[in-house]
Amino acid sequence: MTGISSVAPWIPSLILLPLAAGSLSFLFGPRSSLGLVAATPVGIGFALIQLLLEFNDTGLQHYPVGSWGSPLGIEFRADGLSLVMLGMTATVGIFISLYALGYFSGEQAGGVWFWPLWWFLWAALNALFLSADLFNLYVTLELLSLSAAGLVTLSGEWESLAAGLRYLLAALAGSLAYLMGVALLYGAYGTLSLELMAGLIRPEPANALAASLITVGLLLKTALFPLHFWLPPAHGSALPPVSALLSGLVIKASFYMLLRLWFEVFPSALTPVFAQGIGILGAIAVFSGAWLAFHQEKLKMLIAWSTVAQIGYLFLTFPLASASPAGALTALSGGVYLALSHAMAKAALFLAAGAMLKVTGEDRIDRLEGVGRHLPVSLFAFAIAGVSLMGLPPSGGFIAKWLLLDAALATGQWWWAVVLILGSLLTAAYIFRVLRRCFLAPPEHAVFHSVPVVMPIAAFSLAGIALLLGLTAVFPLRLLEKSAPYVAEAAIPFTVVP
Amino acid sequence: MIGGGLIYAIAGAILFSLGLYGLVVHPHLMRKLIAFNITGSGVFLVLVGLPQRMAGTPPDRVSEALVLTGIVVAVSATAFGLALVRRFYDLTGKTRLPNDPRPEP
Repeated sequence: MTGISSVAPWIPSLILLPLAAGSLSFLFGPRSSLGLVAATPVGIGFALIQLLLEFNDTGLQHYPVGSWGSPLGIEFRADGLSLVMLGMTATVGIFISLYALGYFSGEQAGGVWFWPLWWFLWAALNALFLSADLFNLYVTLELLSLSAAGLVTLSGEWESLAAGLRYLLAALAGSLAYLMGVALLYGAYGTLSLELMAGLIRPEPANALAASLITVGLLLKTALFPLHFWLPPAHGSALPPVSALLSGLVIKASFYMLLRLWFEVFPSALTPVFAQGIGILGAIAVFSGAWLAFHQEKLKMLIAWSTVAQIGYLFLTFPLASASPAGALTALSGGVYLALSHAMAKAALFLAAGAMLKVTGEDRIDRLEGVGRHLPVSLFAFAIAGVSLMGLPPSGGFIAKWLLLDAALATGQWWWAVVLILGSLLTAAYIFRVLRRCFLAPPEHAVFHSVPVVMPIAAFSLAGIALLLGLTAVFPLRLLEKSAPYVAEAAIPFTVVP
Repeated sequence: MIGGGLIYAIAGAILFSLGLYGLVVHPHLMRKLIAFNITGSGVFLVLVGLPQRMAGTPPDRVSEALVLTGIVVAVSATAFGLALVRRFYDLTGKTRLPNDPRPEP
């Protein structure tokens, strides 16, 4: 794998910009938030576009920090997959920042601490997607968990403290299991670099143990059934912009690591039994998550359980991509595209829900009657985001599910196609349950508060992007083709045969 | 020939298992945090010990640097956890999390 060492500072600026914004907002308090929201996303967007242009010209980008390359120094790397994930983070991040300006404008608690934690979270995400070694991934993952757990507890009420503690303990256990796996691999091979490791690793019992520890740790962080116990309270009890961040972006980070590690570093260990097993857990998550989402009384709990179900879909990528080398690209693209469109759609759902709850002043689905008249834009955003979750054309969710269905049929695994289609129907059931309430006439004496206009608009923009992802799929999919996993696949003979 | 590093690595693996067991089994939040620290120490012992499992291997500077970073991360995570536990205790007077995370259906 040859790459050109980038001398342009785009990779470090993607990490340093949000880090600097976090420190400044910690020092200067909420007064600085408007200026930082105006400046930081623009800077990140500019650096990202420059990086993208360089990637298009010269391919894989490496950046050795302080000119100390791997294996001794810390090296950052950008490939197609990283760039897609960075773009996802930036898009969702910009709209959540705008929304939060509106959300925290009044007397809302938690505004002081939201900004520094959110900028640190953004820095951690960017650094994670650019990391090229196992230990750097660990450090960025911990940064991510710590800032995310801090964000969960923002409201200061005991429920969110309990949810934050549960989340923190689960996240720490997951990180340590991951680090133990890394320790075993480092002990065996003496390197941490993903690229070097991919060339060295052999299917041996010790490596199977290391890979299992890493996988279980990351599954706990991604909240795949049955390790999802911490997610609904954390995502359901956090403030709406925080829930949008957690469901949209944070769980995608550990999912990205799983894809990266399994398909780039140890594809030879990806046995059919393991892949089908992960797929079965995913299928159980799809059904149980949707079932529980349908039976929730609180709107944000419903969306949180929907996240559990949608995480299940993401893991269908494993059985579909490992069945045959020919279908791997389709299935992996489908999985990543699903993560991408879920990030936009789920963030839009939480943002729209946040606006609706601020209007009614209560987190109950029963109280949503009449919201359609007071918040038409938010309701429209909710509906469009729902369309993408269900996977109806022309949304991004449709393209993703189409690719996954294509892979399922091409590899003769029709049972995953059944899961995909039934899951979409269940999604429709719980989305329509909310929409039906909103269209009913408002009860008499109902009090509706007003919300800053930026909130519904941010939700609507994200939902619109989730829909447009279906029409502009060519560009991200072409980027994904230029990812290291596929390069690695070509370099190492694919040993898994159906 | 087997060196002293391997003994540390095995002790680390045992500590890791004990710590994880404690993290899952004990409901008391302080015990959970202590268990997390024991788990972490186990991982660090493996990280330092395993590369030096053969006698006569020079000390591995990279793994020492990794462990130092890991300790910093573990200390900050523990401090944050302790702050949350204190606040939770001040608000509720309880030292354990409510048992069932799911709301009533």
